[in-house]
Amino acid sequence: MSIWVLRGLRDGVVTTRWPRKPDQYADSWRGPAIVASGAATSEAVMAEGVELEWLCPTGAIEVIDQLRVDQGRCILCGRCIAARPDLFAWSAGATGPTAAAVVRPALVVPAQPETDQAVAAARTALARRTAALRRSVHVRHVDAGSDGSEEWEIQALLGPVYDVHRLGVFFTASPRHADVLLVTGAGTVGMSGPLRTTYEGMPDPKVVIAVGADAVSGGLLSDRLSGVAGSVPVDVWVPGSPPSPFALLNALLIATGRLGPGAGR
Amino acid sequence: MTITSTEPSVAALREALSSRIARGMRFAGLFAAHRNGGITLSAHAAGPDGIDTLESPLPPGAASYPALTPMIDAAFWYERVIHDETGLIPQGHPRLAPLIAPGRPEDHALPRHVAGYGLFTIPHGPVRSGVFESMEYLVETPGEAIPHLNMRIFYKHRGITARFAGLTVADGTLLAERAEGIASVAHALAYCHAVEAIAGCEVPVAAALLRVVHAELERIANHLDVALRLADAAGLAVATARFALHKERIMRLVGELCGSRFGRGVVVPGGVSAFARMRPAEILAAIGPLEKEVTADAELLMGTSSFLDRLRGTGPLSPDRAREHGALGPIGKASGYADDARRARPYDAYPLLSADPVGQRADGDAMARLRVRFDEAAEAFRLIPQALSHFPERTRLTLHTPCDPANGRAIGWAEAPQGEVLYDLTIEDGRIAHCQPRSASFHNLVLMHEVFAGDILTDFPFIEASFGLSVAGAALLWAALWFWAALWFWAALWFWAAL
Repeated sequence: MSIWVLRGLRDGVVTTRWPRKPDQYADSWRGPAIVASGAATSEAVMAEGVELEWLCPTGAIEVIDQLRVDQGRCILCGRCIAARPDLFAWSAGATGPTAAAVVRPALVVPAQPETDQAVAAARTALARRTAALRRSVHVRHVDAGSDGSEEWEIQALLGPVYDVHRLGVFFTASPRHADVLLVTGAGTVGMSGPLRTTYEGMPDPKVVIAVGADAVSGGLLSDRLSGVAGSVPVDVWVPGSPPSPFALLNALLIATGRLGPGAGR
Repeated sequence: MTITSTEPSVAALREALSSRIARGMRFAGLFAAHRNGGITLSAHAAGPDGIDTLESPLPPGAASYPALTPMIDAAFWYERVIHDETGLIPQGHPRLAPLIAPGRPEDHALPRHVAGYGLFTIPHGPVRSGVFESMEYLVETPGEAIPHLNMRIFYKHRGITARFAGLTVADGTLLAERAEGIASVAHALAYCHAVEAIAGCEVPVAAALLRVVHAELERIANHLDVALRLADAAGLAVATARFALHKERIMRLVGELCGSRFGRGVVVPGGVSAFARMRPAEILAAIGPLEKEVTADAELLMGTSSFLDRLRGTGPLSPDRAREHGALGPIGKASGYADDARRARPYDAYPLLSADPVGQRADGDAMARLRVRFDEAAEAFRLIPQALSHFPERTRLTLHTPCDPANGRAIGWAEAPQGEVLYDLTIEDGRIAHCQPRSASFHNLVLMHEVFAGDILTDFPFIEASFGLSVAGAALLWAALWFWAALWFWAALWFWAAL
């Protein structure tokens, strides 16, 4: 056993210093697609219309009054960016106050003007609810039909590199001890009941985080599954397929009000 | 490569399949699909020359057919799926309970298979950190031993097979990558092999080599994940952290190569989408130190007696059962039955590469399974530099040939970390008419029924992790929690005594 103690010292501290210091890996993260600057309203784009919408296998591109990308549907296949680098680009960075949304429409970029008000209201409501959680947060994860990759990224939070424990976040087996519900997966029929039961088993105040494009919108399966919002009221929406572990850390801090009052778009 | 034969009746199909299995071929799947206006049963048998597909169209309006399970035990779960999806009744099937379709209310009651004084059922799940199939274990126990175990996997049924129908070939790759997210590369490979077989296109050498690099990196990440889960179940905090660190480094390397930590978007029909963003020499420089660290920690773990005590003799799968069922991947290899698609039916650049085949082991217990995984990881660490050394020196490489199949059907396969992945793909007018994926996890999971000989509740996490099928979120397993609870208790006691 003593050899293991020495082995544990071999690589020194590998844990990220984020959020106290910026992390290069988090900042260089390639996130869901965005509309390239200045491309949203050009007349050529409006003329192409539905041709552009067909680029996306999950229907994340919409051209109504202007060109928009629904990041909650983006599965990061990069097809739109490969086909039209003049119109689409990767978003950069996994962390920050705007990396997760507090209302679903805010994941559509560029945002509709009327979402601002909803975002402000949702932020205030969330902050009021989570004020009591302070610096000890217990998380319960429920998988409602994910492909398994989101679980790997959540599990990585417990590893030495991300180490949620240093932020006072702990994973718990019982919903009775949980403050935050992390939900992954497209929301299968079979899991809707168990998911609801888990949510109802949690004491108030509680926060629900939808993790990944599948949980937000159903992703590629959105023709018959529409994410988890039908079963539980989602408070924080994390785009990505799967989201980076940093994005998950970030969402946990937004959910518990630790990124400040203006966090969450 | 693939032979498809049509049998006049299900009985003839059963005979033909049984005779192939008697000749040493492996049962690789049984499915029902709507084809040509009726339901057709398709059975697959894997042999050294490829995968034989045997078909039997059912007569119109048929509501049942003679079950294959009484003769071919491995068809047990496949026929339950057929029953769930089509309503067909396989006559003579031993237990036709729902498997992938959430059943009637009475199916949710706790079944009881073992009778006796003091026996009860522990329902474990579905809200546990399950992975690609969020499942429920029903553990029937008198308190400690596990005389019977049932599994319910329908909670997580996503209808992937139905989703494939009507997609374009390119969209099919995206869905295949998400069929089993931790084996994205292997699923994309198996799917693309089927597409390429239909179109008859040849993958350029550089693309075939890059595919091998990604497939082997995925294998290493998966095996490290199993090692970390086993270490976690044993409460070895440092070992858990070490393997988690190695896994994270592998995933970051994959992310650096292609932009996705899971290798998504690399494999496309006809080749790969782009060259790796690192030069071969840079990849080699990154792999070298990782291999050294993983090897050192694996050796230390396999020399930690308190850990090995938990694995030795735990969850044994007998070689006879492994052979009879056609156990795939590391589970088969640990029980002396190796049918590695990379060698038996080689694809991509594997014929160019030579690595000593991973030794089979006959013990069949959790320890043998972990040893096989470490051996496979070591083999992968040897294969990657070999593949990199084969890269042509030119700067502009062909990575992709046009591959647009119009009509046809083919079987594609690839060796995932969990074992062989199979795709039965039919394309009509350039779109997917039918696509039936079969993961190794599905084929192997049913074997969990049979490995609890004399094992007790605290062995459960070790057996589950050693199967390596449900891969995520092991931190919430029972034994790990019990261990930490006990540890904290003793630590508190020690502090109290010290005061």
